[in-house]
Amino acid sequence: MSELLQFLFSGVTVGAVYALVALGFTIIYNASDVVNFAQGEFVMLGGMATVFAHAAGLPLPLAALVAIVGTAAVGVALNRLAIEPARGAPVVSLIIITIGASIFIRGAAQLVFDKQIHTFPAFSGDDPIRILGATILPQSLWVIAGAVLVFVALWLFFTRTLLGRAVLATSNNRLAAQLVGINTNFVMTLSFALSAGIGALAGVLVTPITLTSYDVGLTLALKGFAAAMLGGMGNPKGALAGGLLLGLLEAMTAGYLSSQYKDAAAFVVILAVLFLMPQGLFGRKSTDRV
Amino acid sequence: MSLLDIKGLGITFGGLRAVNEVSFSVNPGEIVSVIGPNGAGKTTLFNMISGVYLPGAGQVVLNGEDVTGMRPDLLARRGMSRTFQNLQIFQSMTVLENAISGYHLQERGPVLADLLGLPSSRRRSKAAEEGARALLARVGLERAAEREAGNLSYGALKRLEIARALALNPKVLLLDEPAAGCNAVETEEIDHLIAEVAKSGVAILLVEHDMKMVMRISSHIVVLDHGEKIAEGDPATVSRDPAVIAAYLGTEAENADG
Repeated sequence: MSELLQFLFSGVTVGAVYALVALGFTIIYNASDVVNFAQGEFVMLGGMATVFAHAAGLPLPLAALVAIVGTAAVGVALNRLAIEPARGAPVVSLIIITIGASIFIRGAAQLVFDKQIHTFPAFSGDDPIRILGATILPQSLWVIAGAVLVFVALWLFFTRTLLGRAVLATSNNRLAAQLVGINTNFVMTLSFALSAGIGALAGVLVTPITLTSYDVGLTLALKGFAAAMLGGMGNPKGALAGGLLLGLLEAMTAGYLSSQYKDAAAFVVILAVLFLMPQGLFGRKSTDRV
Repeated sequence: MSLLDIKGLGITFGGLRAVNEVSFSVNPGEIVSVIGPNGAGKTTLFNMISGVYLPGAGQVVLNGEDVTGMRPDLLARRGMSRTFQNLQIFQSMTVLENAISGYHLQERGPVLADLLGLPSSRRRSKAAEEGARALLARVGLERAAEREAGNLSYGALKRLEIARALALNPKVLLLDEPAAGCNAVETEEIDHLIAEVAKSGVAILLVEHDMKMVMRISSHIVVLDHGEKIAEGDPATVSRDPAVIAAYLGTEAENADG
């Protein structure tokens, strides 16, 4: 029993990180139909920038803030320099551009930072909390709370605010959105900034547990993508549910089968979703007019 | 000075001169129709006026301000609204949501108020919804309000696009073939709607193939052929103009009897 609980705890923690990455995918996908494979690099940048800002003497909260704002700026630059100039290209081309961008960011991080593995102190100490024979790190609670908070904020943003609905309108039909007076350039800038900022926040929260280095982004992007697909691309609810499910699946695979198969779980999920229910758990069935 | 002044507008695609040196103006309450054979450059002209294409030459002046090549969202803020021949509808939203989207600029308020669901925010969305429903009733779509727009007929979507354009409360309204795909009854309804809107002081610029409709409602007609303006005037003058007849029917053979 305590064993299962232990797996649950670690599954939810990892799942919360995947959920944050998947939420990042959701925002950019909602605004532009692009699946941004550089999303994992935002997580890496958030962790690495915090490490180096902290090492340079900034207090941890300030270092984290600098990292998040800086990463958001990288997100905006990605849109301006790589996505916007290719406006009008097929979505597949844009997705390939984001893969290129992710390789570029990884390379740049290797030069700007270094190739070592880094971490910084957990926010609320390292003493595990005991619950029914299982333990959970205080930092895990931070990660879970972060994911829930971001989810709620995004959910309200997309369903309640005019700006959030303007983002949805832009993805649905860019020209029509402009016709009713929506500044679609601003919507795109905002989406990339938000998405990158959320990625960076995930990096900040998770680094004390999983450590970080210049190359952690790729796996996170793939896992986050699997989570977003599982939940249904474009739906914040789906991103949260997909992330948590995937995290749990991984933890159970690692616990009951073998930790060697842990990573395989995500890829089995992608394949299963693509074959059996391409619209995911919460995704809307797309109806194309012919 | 007119509300909308088109001065020497032109554009070339590759080597093709699609529109050349076209000038005319539109006043409040006026319905100006742009007609011409297929490929005459009517839609291209519209796209330049509404900021979809950047003109190669000339000027678009709205209310005394040079708005040449301005983005559609900025034009919307200045009171120019348009519909498209090939429809620009939010296909996966409902009909009502599409109409509500036209209230985007009027509904704007602080994001925080929206997030917290403050009364001011709810009041704004309620006003937008009521306005949208009234407009749908005006174009005869009130019963389709909750349906997904992608499932509507072409004619219904044309009317939905007009409703959304009207929601912006425009000073200038550009309608690209509003009656295309509509049956005779619907065409007549659109007729009335356009006349009514013009009467309320909106300047209307119209591209339409239905000549009966054009002759009936236009106060002024501009005729294009091969990208050039070949005639301009009231319906009676234009329909007698030999150049116009030639453009539509071809010139009469020189020696008809020989």
